[in-house]
Amino acid sequence: MDDALLDKLEILADAAKYDASCASSGAKRRTGGPDGIGSTTGAGICHAYTPDGRCVSLLKILLTNYCLFDCAYCINRRSSNVRRARFSVDEVVQLTLGFYKRNCIEGLFLSSGIIRSPDHTMEQLMLVARTLRRDHGFAGYIHLKTIPEASPWLIEQAGLWADRLSINLELASDRSLKQFAPEKDGSSIKAVMGQVGERILEAKEEKRRFSPAGQSTQMIVGADASTDLSVLETSDTLYRRYGLRRVYYSAFSPIPEASSALPAKPPPLQRENRLYQADWLLRYYGFTVDEIAAGGEGGMLDLGIDPKLAWALKNRERFPVDVNSADREMLLRVPGLGARAVDKIVEARRHTTLRLEDVARLSSGLKRARAFLIAADHHPGGLTDRADLRQRLVAPPKQLSLF
Amino acid sequence: MRHVELKDGADLDGFRRALRGLVALDVEPDAVVWSGGATPSLFGDTAPLPADAPPVPLPRPVGALIESVVCHRDPERYALLHRLVRRVVRGERDILDHHADPLIHRLALLDKAVRRDLHKMHAFLRFREVRDPANSEDRGGERYVAWFEPDHFIVEATAPFFVERFESLVWTILTPVGSLHWDRRSLTVGPAALRPEGLDRDDRFAEGWQRYYESTFNPARVNPTAMRAEMPRKYWANLPEAAAIPAMIRSAPARVQAMIEAEAAAPRRRNPDKAVAAMARQEPATLAELNRIIRAADPLVPGATQAVLGEGPEEAAIAIVGEQPGDQEDMEGRPFVGPAGQLLDRALEEAGIERSAAYLTNAVKHFKFVARGKRRLHQSPTAGEVKHYRWWLMKELAFVRPRLVVTLGATAALALSGRSVSVLRERGPMGFGDWEGFVTVHPSYLLRLPAGEEAEQAYRDFVADLRRAREVVEGAG
Repeated sequence: MDDALLDKLEILADAAKYDASCASSGAKRRTGGPDGIGSTTGAGICHAYTPDGRCVSLLKILLTNYCLFDCAYCINRRSSNVRRARFSVDEVVQLTLGFYKRNCIEGLFLSSGIIRSPDHTMEQLMLVARTLRRDHGFAGYIHLKTIPEASPWLIEQAGLWADRLSINLELASDRSLKQFAPEKDGSSIKAVMGQVGERILEAKEEKRRFSPAGQSTQMIVGADASTDLSVLETSDTLYRRYGLRRVYYSAFSPIPEASSALPAKPPPLQRENRLYQADWLLRYYGFTVDEIAAGGEGGMLDLGIDPKLAWALKNRERFPVDVNSADREMLLRVPGLGARAVDKIVEARRHTTLRLEDVARLSSGLKRARAFLIAADHHPGGLTDRADLRQRLVAPPKQLSLF
Repeated sequence: MRHVELKDGADLDGFRRALRGLVALDVEPDAVVWSGGATPSLFGDTAPLPADAPPVPLPRPVGALIESVVCHRDPERYALLHRLVRRVVRGERDILDHHADPLIHRLALLDKAVRRDLHKMHAFLRFREVRDPANSEDRGGERYVAWFEPDHFIVEATAPFFVERFESLVWTILTPVGSLHWDRRSLTVGPAALRPEGLDRDDRFAEGWQRYYESTFNPARVNPTAMRAEMPRKYWANLPEAAAIPAMIRSAPARVQAMIEAEAAAPRRRNPDKAVAAMARQEPATLAELNRIIRAADPLVPGATQAVLGEGPEEAAIAIVGEQPGDQEDMEGRPFVGPAGQLLDRALEEAGIERSAAYLTNAVKHFKFVARGKRRLHQSPTAGEVKHYRWWLMKELAFVRPRLVVTLGATAALALSGRSVSVLRERGPMGFGDWEGFVTVHPSYLLRLPAGEEAEQAYRDFVADLRRAREVVEGAG
């Protein structure tokens, strides 16, 4: 690795870091054996964390940050003055293998600016994946960003080598997309999601390999005027219609070389966090988009408390629920109880009647849950309906008194 | 009081032996004192446990829990596990479901700590490359060494992960509680080690990793608490990239401020023409260009020697679409040259269609088969595989622009119509969207029929279909 390659790595890692997706999970178990290299374990591993709290699981780089497109929110847009660089296919392969052998990464997440043409770009991405798999027996994780404007056959080929494909929707509404990303087209993005979703489903049924870890997407939050409600509605549609594994939310963050079409100040990072919590409620807790949105005001989630607590505070007539008899669906709606805690409760109560201290052993969120729960030795009484319940649950940490 | 002495660390075998004896003698957990090898016995000799006690049958999850908890540093672990096993033996077979039980809760915490430690070792261990000139037959002496400090006695438990992942490399993992060495064939478990010298030696990839780590950090989102929750300080000493963390945090606010203060660049006049033009230019402009792409692409069904492209004049009035190349087609690289192709040739001639004037191709461009000895047995493509190839077929037809598309068999009919077609029931004219179509059987179907009147009739029907197809084209012309 010479100095020139190090410089390129710096530029093209910096250019790729605004993509929030990092997962290395969902791939089938696979090993490279005595002649290849690597393995996938199914669960994925985070090999480091940077001081922004994000994990480093895959080598996340762009093949190049030269780009024909001019999307306002993107640091690599045509009209930006950033430093540009370009890797060869072989350089990406060597970097991936070198870092992988040092146990720094689970694999590669490769994306690219659009150069020459979408087809040319997509073909280069596909070639990296094919070289790793076929010439080096690489069994680690490969996530390829799909260029939605590329010809369908290239996407069909990419899925043969990648564990996951993703296409970024970037903005929740077609109108915003037109405004900020003039060369992009919302319907062609969704058409490709449809194509990929269909192939993944067919391959699964026919027991073939095609992007076995599914597909994902990302939406930028806070660059346009979209409400949380409309973002979540879009996610809900994506999960249902295209079988997406994950929707990532990326709070718009100020970039060097920003376009003046964008807000100068970032949205609160808490907004991104609340959207993730809401996304989880949607997928694993049986909530609907409307229920989640009703917890906030005007289509925006409450930034001060998590969306499940917000919903519970507005639906107090449904509480308290009895931890010893309530069904699983209702327990999932109790603030502070996670899905795993609920499963443990359901198993444990078959053998014993649960008291509050038992629940404390099963869940770390009892502080919030106790106002909404009845246990063998506990009834919240009027607590559930107290007007200051919200304040009690989110009281700021007390300052230690100093003598 | 009974005293059981085990080896230091995670002595699973010793514990299993002791446990068998304790269960056989029905010893109360409170009457046992467990000690690691380092602790001298305070109790003198006690009656030895029977060496040949029978195995204790345990539910599988209990066995897995024991294997995990034994790795924990907690000196009480063996006593807790003994209590667990005694309760299982006494009838509480589903004891692990009692999540609220204090013993189960305590063991679950120990188990969780061990699993977290395993996970962190898989994650945070870093190999350094050390060239070993003495051992140059193996990949130029490529060797890797790592130093790691786990919380618990997990070194052996991590071995399967590293062996599986780095089976083709030569590596050594050193820790204060044991070591592992893999020479690409066998694993050696060694004693505790000291931090080796020379790990900081020059390794360009290690330097590259540091640069990557710093570049992938977004200063606008600095959140060290979240980082430390997942990557506590105790791991930093052995993570080369962690050396940069303090400076990254310190400089972050200034970097963000600079970004916000930097005057936003006015959006230049946006002219998407160039990008749109590039997109339009990328589609193959000729059949030859399309064929180049197909030939260079990988089979979407595995195994084939080569892609078999369509054949015939580009302005053909009739396009005939088969299923996929067979054994002979795969080797010669031409469509319809095997037994089915020869039968098709005969039928075309009888129907008055010149083969050389028609465009012949397949819905799927690669041969799919299972190998039986020396023979390669044809396998029908799945519906999903047919769709993988559909875009190419449609492009191909768009270049040829035939007046009629004749599909042979169900696969071709599926490719063109997008639905599953019952060929015998629906044979005859059929609209395929942009194309006027005609559905008939595949000649290989005729070859499979037992010789006799039925087969002869089927062949006559096939020829009659082709003749009708010819009339459709001539009528349309």
